[in-house]
Amino acid sequence: MREEIIVSGRMNPHIDPHLEIWHWHIPLYLFLGGLAAGILFFAGLYFILGKENKYTGAVRRAPIVVPFLLVIGLLALFLDLRHKLFFWQLYTTIKIQSPMSWGAWTLMGITPLSIVWAALHIREFFPNWDWKFSILKDIEKFFVQYKIVLAWAMVILGVILGIYTGILFSAFNARPLWNTSILGPLFLTSGLSAGAAVIILFAQSKKERLLFAKLDLMLIGIELFLIVHMFMGFQASTQVQIDAASLFLGGSYTAPFWIFVVGIGMIVPAILEILELFHKKIPVIIPVVLVLFGSLMLRFIIAYAGQLSRWLY
Amino acid sequence: MRYAMAIDTKKCVGCSDCVVACQTENNVPIGYCRDWVVEVTDGTYPQLEIEIRSERCNHCDNSPCVRCCPTGASHYEKGGIVTVTAHKCIGCGACIASCPYDARYSHPDGHVDKCTFCLHRIEKGQQPACVAVCPTKCMYFGDLDDPNSDVSQVLKKRKHKTLIPEAGTKPQVYYLI
Ligand code: SF4
Ligand code: SF4
Repeated sequence: MREEIIVSGRMNPHIDPHLEIWHWHIPLYLFLGGLAAGILFFAGLYFILGKENKYTGAVRRAPIVVPFLLVIGLLALFLDLRHKLFFWQLYTTIKIQSPMSWGAWTLMGITPLSIVWAALHIREFFPNWDWKFSILKDIEKFFVQYKIVLAWAMVILGVILGIYTGILFSAFNARPLWNTSILGPLFLTSGLSAGAAVIILFAQSKKERLLFAKLDLMLIGIELFLIVHMFMGFQASTQVQIDAASLFLGGSYTAPFWIFVVGIGMIVPAILEILELFHKKIPVIIPVVLVLFGSLMLRFIIAYAGQLSRWLY
Repeated sequence: MRYAMAIDTKKCVGCSDCVVACQTENNVPIGYCRDWVVEVTDGTYPQLEIEIRSERCNHCDNSPCVRCCPTGASHYEKGGIVTVTAHKCIGCGACIASCPYDARYSHPDGHVDKCTFCLHRIEKGQQPACVAVCPTKCMYFGDLDDPNSDVSQVLKKRKHKTLIPEAGTKPQVYYLI
């Protein structure tokens, strides 16, 4: 039998025998970023549609968690940097071709935006809240006036942030598993689905809960469709991408991916949400937690499996 | 000007002198390397063929590592040499993930490090350390835009290839076959 054996003298830490440069920080950051993007997107969207009073959970209450998600995500990103003291170099330039760069700038815009939006609705949780200083009151008045602008910015930046979480990976042609443009829409959809799930928790009325359960169901459907498409694309592509896909089709990531991401993270919560639509009593926390779990696992598995996939030469 | 290297796989004996010379010249941290030797055995026993290659960063013309760097730390120097400015690098690892050849590593100090074609030596009119030290003289370095340079001359005469050109990076280290 004809064989090819490659022996390399290189043994650089974290590079060989296979890449291990990104650990838990990046997938966690991408999950939190995607989730934050999902919540802000729906909050902005339903405000623009004039449904603020109908869907208070989405517009006013759920966004309160977003600043925390983003700050924890940014902290994880910071911990991942190996030359930490120089992190400010990120903000000395904009490099359009570098997803890392425009992601960093998007976060620079969306984080303060989410803090303002959360502050504007603080009375949802603390009805007697008083900003005390007149300057803060003036600032509040100013932002209340321009709430519609904030809402539009949240929708637009939310979509950019959601897509960016996938493009960060798909821009790398060196890792065949990541190198598919489906990852952008897939991670965006996963973030929106996670966002809808969190909104279900904050929903104030049965009507709102059912609306977001329906939306979530639809988003899970789109995710499954995109996943099937992704594998079809890989199978019809070059050898390196066929090899990359085989990690999930018989290879070492088959069980974790199909059980945790697709099974527990999508199909089970979808079934529970369908049952809820048929007025069966399901504790809402269960599908919500499962959707969040699936969304987190999707990031982790794609991040780790991608680093296993490579060009052979 | 376009610096490039040609490496003769028929002459290389895999002694790793180039690896040690680079580690010494560039103060590469212990346990790391900027260049390395790969041995590929191919065929059906007993008809086997061995190709020995001294590999390093390919100083690609269309390099994903420069494209994805968010700070501009990874950049092109004169002659298309790809280098990293340590005090601009945040150690995000994007460039490491972007290189199909895995030619970069994270220096223990935190920034990213890789082959520089010995830019500091070229500026003094010297050859890169690996080229200068090779006992079989199997490496050629020079300017591709100059038809009389060592590298242009040898590429004119000999059959050659680059590594995974289908990755689309336009590598500039050529292997004579
Ligand atoms: S070989 Fe890798 S590190 Fe070197 S220029 Fe090409 S992509 Fe960049
Ligand atoms: S690790 Fe450094 S050189 Fe590499 S992409 Fe990040 S900032 Fe640029």
